[in-house]
Amino acid sequence: MTGLLESIGYSDWALHALIWLPILGMGLVLWAEERRAKHVALWCSLAVFGLSLGLWWAFDGTSGEIQLGSSVPWIDAWGVSYSLGVDGISLFMVLLTTFTTPLAVLGSFNYIKKRERAFYALMLLLEAGVVGVFVATDLFLFYIFFELTLVPMYFIVGIWGGERRIYAAIKFFLYTAFGSLLMLVGILYLFYKAKLLLGFPTFAFADLLRVPLTTSEQLWLFSAFALAFSVKVPVFPFHTWLPDAHVEAPTPGSVILAAVLLKMGTYGFLRFLLPFFPAAAQHPTVITTMLVLGVIGILYTAWVAAVQPDAKKLVAYTSVAHMGFVVLGIFALTVNGLQGGLVVMISHGVSTGALFLLLGMLYERRHTREIESFGGLARVAPWFATAFVITALASIGLPGTSGFVGEFLALLGTFETHRTLAVIATLGVIFAAYYMLPMVQKVFFNELDKPSNREIPDLTGREKLILAPMVAAMIVIGWYPTPILSRMEPSVRVVLERVEGASAADASASTGGGARAVDVAAPAEDPEQIQAQEGL
Amino acid sequence: MHVTLWMMPLVGAQETHAAESAAFEPFFPGLVILLPLIGFAINGLLALRHATASAAAVRAGGELVLDGPTGRPPTHTLPSWVGPGVLLAAFVVTLVNFVRMLGVELHEPVVVEYWTWMATGTFHVAAALQLDQLSMVMMLVVTGVGFLIHVFSVGYMRDDPGYPRYFAYLNLFVFFMLVLVMGSSYPLMFVGWEGVGLCSYLLIGFWFSDREKSDAGKKAFIVNRIGDFGFLVAMFLLFVTFGTLDFVPVFGDSPQALAYGGGLVTAITLFLFLGAAGKSAQIPLYVWLPDAMAGPTPVSALIHAATMVTAGVYMVARSSVLFALSPAGSATVAGIGVLTALFAATIALKQNDIKKVLAYSTVSQLGYMFVGVGVGAYAAGIFHLMTHAFFKALLFLGSGAVIHAMHHALHHTHSHEDPQDMRNMGGLRRHMPITAAVMWIATLAIAGIWPFAGFFSKDEIIWQAAAFGGAEHAPYPGLYTAYWVIALAAAMLTAFYMTRLMVMTFHGSNRTGSEEERHLHEAPAVMWVPLAVLAALSLFGGWINVPEAISSSILGLGGGLPMGEWLHHWLEPVTASAHQIQEANLGELGHTAPVGGGEVLWALLSTAAAGLVVLVSVRVVGGWKVTPAARDVAPTGFGKILYNKWYVDELYDAVIVRPVVRVSRFCWKVVDAGIIDGLVNAVGYLARAFGFVGSLFQTGTVNTYAFILSLGVLFILGAVIF
Amino acid sequence: MITESLVLSALLFVLGTFGVLIRRNAIIMFLCIELQLNAVNLSFVALSRLWGIDGQVFVFFVMTVAAAEAAVGLAIIISIFRHYETVNVNNFNLLKW
Repeated sequence: MTGLLESIGYSDWALHALIWLPILGMGLVLWAEERRAKHVALWCSLAVFGLSLGLWWAFDGTSGEIQLGSSVPWIDAWGVSYSLGVDGISLFMVLLTTFTTPLAVLGSFNYIKKRERAFYALMLLLEAGVVGVFVATDLFLFYIFFELTLVPMYFIVGIWGGERRIYAAIKFFLYTAFGSLLMLVGILYLFYKAKLLLGFPTFAFADLLRVPLTTSEQLWLFSAFALAFSVKVPVFPFHTWLPDAHVEAPTPGSVILAAVLLKMGTYGFLRFLLPFFPAAAQHPTVITTMLVLGVIGILYTAWVAAVQPDAKKLVAYTSVAHMGFVVLGIFALTVNGLQGGLVVMISHGVSTGALFLLLGMLYERRHTREIESFGGLARVAPWFATAFVITALASIGLPGTSGFVGEFLALLGTFETHRTLAVIATLGVIFAAYYMLPMVQKVFFNELDKPSNREIPDLTGREKLILAPMVAAMIVIGWYPTPILSRMEPSVRVVLERVEGASAADASASTGGGARAVDVAAPAEDPEQIQAQEGL
Repeated sequence: MHVTLWMMPLVGAQETHAAESAAFEPFFPGLVILLPLIGFAINGLLALRHATASAAAVRAGGELVLDGPTGRPPTHTLPSWVGPGVLLAAFVVTLVNFVRMLGVELHEPVVVEYWTWMATGTFHVAAALQLDQLSMVMMLVVTGVGFLIHVFSVGYMRDDPGYPRYFAYLNLFVFFMLVLVMGSSYPLMFVGWEGVGLCSYLLIGFWFSDREKSDAGKKAFIVNRIGDFGFLVAMFLLFVTFGTLDFVPVFGDSPQALAYGGGLVTAITLFLFLGAAGKSAQIPLYVWLPDAMAGPTPVSALIHAATMVTAGVYMVARSSVLFALSPAGSATVAGIGVLTALFAATIALKQNDIKKVLAYSTVSQLGYMFVGVGVGAYAAGIFHLMTHAFFKALLFLGSGAVIHAMHHALHHTHSHEDPQDMRNMGGLRRHMPITAAVMWIATLAIAGIWPFAGFFSKDEIIWQAAAFGGAEHAPYPGLYTAYWVIALAAAMLTAFYMTRLMVMTFHGSNRTGSEEERHLHEAPAVMWVPLAVLAALSLFGGWINVPEAISSSILGLGGGLPMGEWLHHWLEPVTASAHQIQEANLGELGHTAPVGGGEVLWALLSTAAAGLVVLVSVRVVGGWKVTPAARDVAPTGFGKILYNKWYVDELYDAVIVRPVVRVSRFCWKVVDAGIIDGLVNAVGYLARAFGFVGSLFQTGTVNTYAFILSLGVLFILGAVIF
Repeated sequence: MITESLVLSALLFVLGTFGVLIRRNAIIMFLCIELQLNAVNLSFVALSRLWGIDGQVFVFFVMTVAAAEAAVGLAIIISIFRHYETVNVNNFNLLKW
């Protein structure tokens, strides 16, 4: 495989192709006939997925550096360049994007009835934008892609959404745009500082990482960036746009939103907050705030989810709870926590994506999402019930599914540094059962007492085709996450070393012991050492 | 050698031989796990196939008829062979391993590693199976008793439309149960732990169309998850202490790494025990088990009596080193155990549902097992686990045969009486002699009558509680005296409620009604043969572990029982480390009971007392005038409290369930929709308010604009000039 | 001379302004705007006596724009008239929030 990829020069053009192929596809969709649009979009997104699979082999899993990088000068006067690259963190986000997009497209075949060309074109534009976010290694370029994703999503919710779609779309747009504008201010400040201290204008990650910032500067910038990403994640209390957007969005919109768009926020945490502002990320108040918000997100949204009458809203709230685990894992600042957070991101993408697809299929059948109007569906739709139960269990982190691996590692990592918070967060596993099982029971079990439910058809071949890869992914990742974890580890370590390097610098500055800093900067292998550092 | 993943269970993967001299060669241990999984896959597909056909029938407005002119479809014949077949095969493979292990001196567990499950750089856990004496005992129980229950189910579930689904779940359960007992690390055990919980959830709610049954399954899962929370926290604590969660290094390092009686080890053991209490239905998390009787009766036998609920005991025994290091943790285990034993026994006194009596009896017996492992008698706890698996599985299956017969009899007359209510039974021994006989054997066993299995196992636990309290440096000696007294008292209650069950069901006059009585019949061979096998095990199973003192006395026929303290010695390699810790810190165990008297004397006394209770209660209960359920009056006074299970469910509902739901609603309606979204929308409204004021100038008439423009020009001109 | 011209120009301009503000007939308003433009033109021409030729150049620009404006503006007014059958601007308030 590696040889084949080398012979076609894969690593030189792969990332560019992943961005531009969907855009090309967008053109094709717009050019195609209305009734063919969905097929064109499907094949195009499948091609993108096939192309992205090569990354698995082309990527060197032993290195934590940015790989497959390439850079083209773009706006010289500002030092902006069109530069792309992946590391072990973004690799899986890219794969998750390319994996879920074809499934979401396939899932919209029946759901989207009007303006199909426009819809599928927007879906492909969205894919290009999201891939761009994950592979950009230039802050300017990143910001463009980050904002670019807003536009197609806005239209997808606003045109093909439910009754309150306009409200939801505007809320989604304003909420996230508000957050990212503050980030823009932060980016400009960073750029200005870089120009001042490095002597040349630049937006490249590698250069910006070298800008020496004082702790207070870092705290301000951290706050600006954190706000933008927290809205995107969303972190409690910035989450209220999410249930509205999810409920109103059409099925494929919800799938992409949950599976991929939310990950842009946590990806931003990992890519920017930790390495760019290590001193702020080390600041005890900051850490505690983020962790506490994560814990509140886990418990609070689990409670809120449990009493929702609308199944889709319930799942939307559980998204916030899952992302709470990610936030927890990331700000635990341990190898286990970060990797666990990343696995939760992947797992949540697959399982919640699948849940939204399933709920969409349910909606197509009954034109309602109200939990109370179902009951006993397992009798008329056994495949449907099986798929749903497996997905729901993966979502609540049953061992043997992807959800467990992520949550377990995230909690384990958090426990290494913050015991009390980790224990409180672990209560989330109880409440996960508390929100998910009653819903499953009320929809699929109990008596089949409503006449309209007796007519519900089981999964069609197309629907099985959508769900099969997702269910397979949940189980395979649950039993064999090692290939994923091993590819992430070096990159995660790079991030952590960067953060710990800052604390070492602080320590040496305050104690005046330069030699000692070297010891501390080494990656912490055992928990005692981590505690020792925390003591510092 | 490059081996693809799916082949690994067959070729045996890499083995790490901890012991150099031991020549134990595992015989495809992966196959033991893989076989039930294959069964699950086959039965699962059959189930889906059947369900699809059935769904089509329901959609057409009817129900699928199973026994049509073409005979039963393959979806309902194949599982009869696949389900029990894979279990038999797994049992045989286990047996081969067992025989191989018997032939060698094995001091260290053999760990067979298949693949790396999770590895993050600082944390590593492999998908690996651990074969040692303890897991071997559990594997034998799970596959052996499991096989018998599968066979019984072939008869019991024959007419159920969900037949293939039932076997799919049952096979999946065995798979997870084997993962639980064979896993070589805590996380892997946790996989089995939650996996069996899942299967329990699915099987309790097997008849999911019934809301109550569905609710019971959900309750079981959620309560179990409370326990799982403890398990998870315990794992985190273990990891930050040891840097690994594999059994071998954790237990190897514990005596050095953890201070005896230290806070850390006590925290670990208490959290572990929270997990165990959830899974094994101990106070305060026992409430799910009685409700779990909503599932098919063989499920109650397999999951809620013989195997899954004993997982907590297994876990404590597996972690014996940790528990031995924490006297407070152990005392808690034993204390909760003994309280549960008594508490559940009192509730069992007044229950009328035959399965509910057995359910509370199970909770009570599990309490005994925890007393055993809580007083450092790990082998005794496992011993009781094993004998309990025999006689309680027998009791449940026997009750299943009774319910089966009652159900058919009531079905014939279209009666809607409860087929599980003992008040509707009576005199069944005349119609079901085999069932009555084997259930009497089990009853005598659970009551602790010599020489049945329960006598040896229960008596050893009670004696060990006394001996532990009498140790030279026993922690909290008075406490153990109390444990001993309560355990003895609960044993007497056990003898009573079990006799009550037997007499109400099988003796006295028949209360089913004359028409129904004609349709009562003995269970078919496929059901009673497993009962007979279990009866033999309940009779002789106790002989594998007869304490030396008893063995040489009259109770051991003067050394005439063949096996002596076999199980104790067999488990010695697993519990040795714990025993060393115990000996070093506690000194020698006591030799007399708190009120004097040695082991043999108290064994004699307790079996005599239990026998007396059985005899007396046969007379007493036989003399009761039992009225059928439909005409019976509700109990009053203290009996009412027991009948209503001390109102614990109501208490939990008022103190936990309702407040949580209320908080949830508050969070949603007030905090989320009110405060947070209110603030967000307020920002929006504020912006719109500004806009509204501005828009007032926007009349749409050109003149207004022109006028405002002119004013502006004048204003600017004025500003420039003046 | 310049003073008189500027006074005349100012008078014409004010006349035009008031016309725009007070009158409701679109054609009249349009003519008033033309009046304003030509008032400015007058002051440009007058002041070019003092400041050189630039002002007269500007007059040509203004006249060009005014001509273009007259074409577009009259076209708009005519199409509005065709639609509403009136040129009273009070009736045209669609540009409202």
